[in-house]
Amino acid sequence: MSETTGSQATVTDTSASAASPLQSMPMAKALNAGLRQAMLDNPKVLLMGEDIGPLGGVFRVTEGLQAEFGVRRVTDTPLAESGIVGTAIGLAMRGYRPVCEIQFDGFVYPSFNQITSQLAKMTNRHEGQIQMPVVIRIPYGGHIGAVEHHQESPEAYFAHTSGLRVVSPSTPHDAYWMIQDAIASNDPVIFLEPKSRYWPKGDVDLSNRGAKLHSTQVAREGTEVTLLGHGAMVSVLLQAAELAAEEGTSVEVLDLRSISPIDYDPILASVRKTGRLVVAQEAPGFVSVGSEIAATVTEHAFYSLEAPVLRVAGFDAPFPPAKLETIYLPDADRVLEAVDRALAY
Amino acid sequence: MSYTEATLQLLSPAGSIVESDASAEYLPYIEKLTDDQLREFHRVMVVTRAFDLEATNLQRQGQMALWVPSLGQEAAQVGSGFAMRPQDHIFPSYREHAVGMIRGLDVLDIIRMLRGITHGGWDSTANGNFHIYTLVLGSQTLHGTGYAMGLTLDGVTATGNPEKDEAVIVYFGDGATSQGDVNEAMIFAASYQTPELFFLQNNQWAISVPVSTQSRTPLYLRPAGFGIPGIQIDGNDVLISYAASRKYLEETRSGGGPRFIEAVTYRMGAHTSSDDPTKYRTDALTAQWGALDPIARFETYLRGRGASDAFFAELDEEAAEFADSIRRRTLELGSPATDLIFDNIYSEPHPLVDQQKEWLANYEASFAESEAAQGGDGQ
Ligand SMILES: Cc1ncc(C[n+]2csc(CCOP(=O)(O)OP(=O)(O)O)c2C)c(N)n1
Ligand SMILES: [Mg+2]
Repeated sequence: MSETTGSQATVTDTSASAASPLQSMPMAKALNAGLRQAMLDNPKVLLMGEDIGPLGGVFRVTEGLQAEFGVRRVTDTPLAESGIVGTAIGLAMRGYRPVCEIQFDGFVYPSFNQITSQLAKMTNRHEGQIQMPVVIRIPYGGHIGAVEHHQESPEAYFAHTSGLRVVSPSTPHDAYWMIQDAIASNDPVIFLEPKSRYWPKGDVDLSNRGAKLHSTQVAREGTEVTLLGHGAMVSVLLQAAELAAEEGTSVEVLDLRSISPIDYDPILASVRKTGRLVVAQEAPGFVSVGSEIAATVTEHAFYSLEAPVLRVAGFDAPFPPAKLETIYLPDADRVLEAVDRALAY
Repeated sequence: MSYTEATLQLLSPAGSIVESDASAEYLPYIEKLTDDQLREFHRVMVVTRAFDLEATNLQRQGQMALWVPSLGQEAAQVGSGFAMRPQDHIFPSYREHAVGMIRGLDVLDIIRMLRGITHGGWDSTANGNFHIYTLVLGSQTLHGTGYAMGLTLDGVTATGNPEKDEAVIVYFGDGATSQGDVNEAMIFAASYQTPELFFLQNNQWAISVPVSTQSRTPLYLRPAGFGIPGIQIDGNDVLISYAASRKYLEETRSGGGPRFIEAVTYRMGAHTSSDDPTKYRTDALTAQWGALDPIARFETYLRGRGASDAFFAELDEEAAEFADSIRRRTLELGSPATDLIFDNIYSEPHPLVDQQKEWLANYEASFAESEAAQGGDGQ
């Protein structure tokens, strides 16, 4: 297993070489490699967004791709999110597979009409005669100490909208494969990238895709309590599980991966085993993904539950100024507080 | 270079007054300015630059989440800032530090925001009607337009008394001109004939994207399509920025309808402290614009009018002292109270918010208790 050195050339070499399929790289590089592979596989794949060309995106996820594929396939658009998504819809009608980059979570809203009223409903409105293979990549979530609009978790808005698929990888390996699967989907996919996880490295198996796009995966096995989350929260849950293990509590961690649709079988199987479920997310808890899962699990596994399903979430408040983010965002301690409450029933 | 035949200028890059058919209309506005007023223009440009450089350093030293430099754009901001009257209302974007300075804002408030202590939060009524910064590009153009509609409804504009008549000035960048909001703002402004000046600082870049991606036509021509008169000025010339803004503000406050100024300038620094301009632009281009520096040009002009070495030396000292005081006050800034998370979300009590605020207080107290208990165990 060789280390990536951070150069574009290295990523290029790795995806071409079958000799060493396991590569350690950060999620930003894995996404870059996944996008590149998707562009090689299908000439209809286009990348569009703000600052994604020479700059390579503010997080460098598209670094080197304009140089490799040209300005027609990797384009710096005018600065208008509604324009980006609206024209992506037209391009999709014309047979292209646009991948739009929204620069930060809080800047997706100018395109809200195009995403929720147009993109999500086009296939339905056309009685299935057209498809909308559009991916909208959104770096989301906190933990980066940034100013307002740069740390939000807007997944519930999109999950609430029928017609959109919503996913979020938590590891470089998943990022590499899920971005390709999202691009291959004939439905629109909101692809949420946990920006605080862009930089830590992880192993990417370039030859073995592993899990399907819309599947929940077990990230750590345990027997007494199940923790469920997505994106950056998964690493917090693993940390909590580690701390719980030191105290003698065996915790299972599930990585949701797909927010719409939700793959419930592994969740229900885990709950039937542990009898306790804590759902965690950075997003505010009110009318959230966690609330939806709590309700569904209660309906389907009521007699297996030893405790009510508990939610750990960002507070129902605007994302605060950066100096308060560590208090606002659920950390391992807050997760463990819920674990204790669940065990106390 | 992005000046055009239409670019209005009163002060040449060499620092001498431009006498032409085009400038004739604007010269009377600066002829009324006293030496003291002109030196005040210079003072604010120099102090703002020192403030901006100090803030840039503070950010590099980890004292701020972000800094947004105003370097190179001082003339556009200072000229327009001094063209306003006390009763005018300013809707800035996020780079207008010099305007804030002119309107009496304690610019440490900008540092508080970019340090991650507040989301803005200053009281515009106590700060020369300088509203808080807006980070979602272009949004403030609609707010400014609505505010101007309110001035008309209130009858506090176009009464025939320029000493009292109120107007709005809204700032935005070349990238923002592509947003729907900015275009809708111009449509509303034209439809309601608002007392409002749209002030575009075309600094040639939207992060890494050149203005040519946003517009194939010079941006000052765009408002014509909305029925709004527009002009293009040399944004590095503080005199034309003052004269053009003064002229347009007086026209709009007296009931003439909205106006638009494109100030052609250059973002000499990085977009923000998070940016790396070497990825997308050459030093040669930046150096070309460096030669058009707004402060150097105005210094030459003032010297020609008799300003002494002593004046400039004292000013440099004042700027350095101001920068020092900003550094000291930044390092003294404390952390925000946890309650701030839940404050001011609604105007009246809200059960969910209250419940979570209480939960968090108890939760944090439980740590304090367990620490105290551990301490009691004889550590
Ligand atoms: C709606 C929205 N989209 C994207 C961004 C991210 N962003 C911040 S500043 C910027 C470039 C703005 O360029 P311009 O309007 O020319 O203003 P300048 O920064 O040059 O003063 C971008 C893309 C944002 N703040 N708001
Ligand atoms: Mg700009």
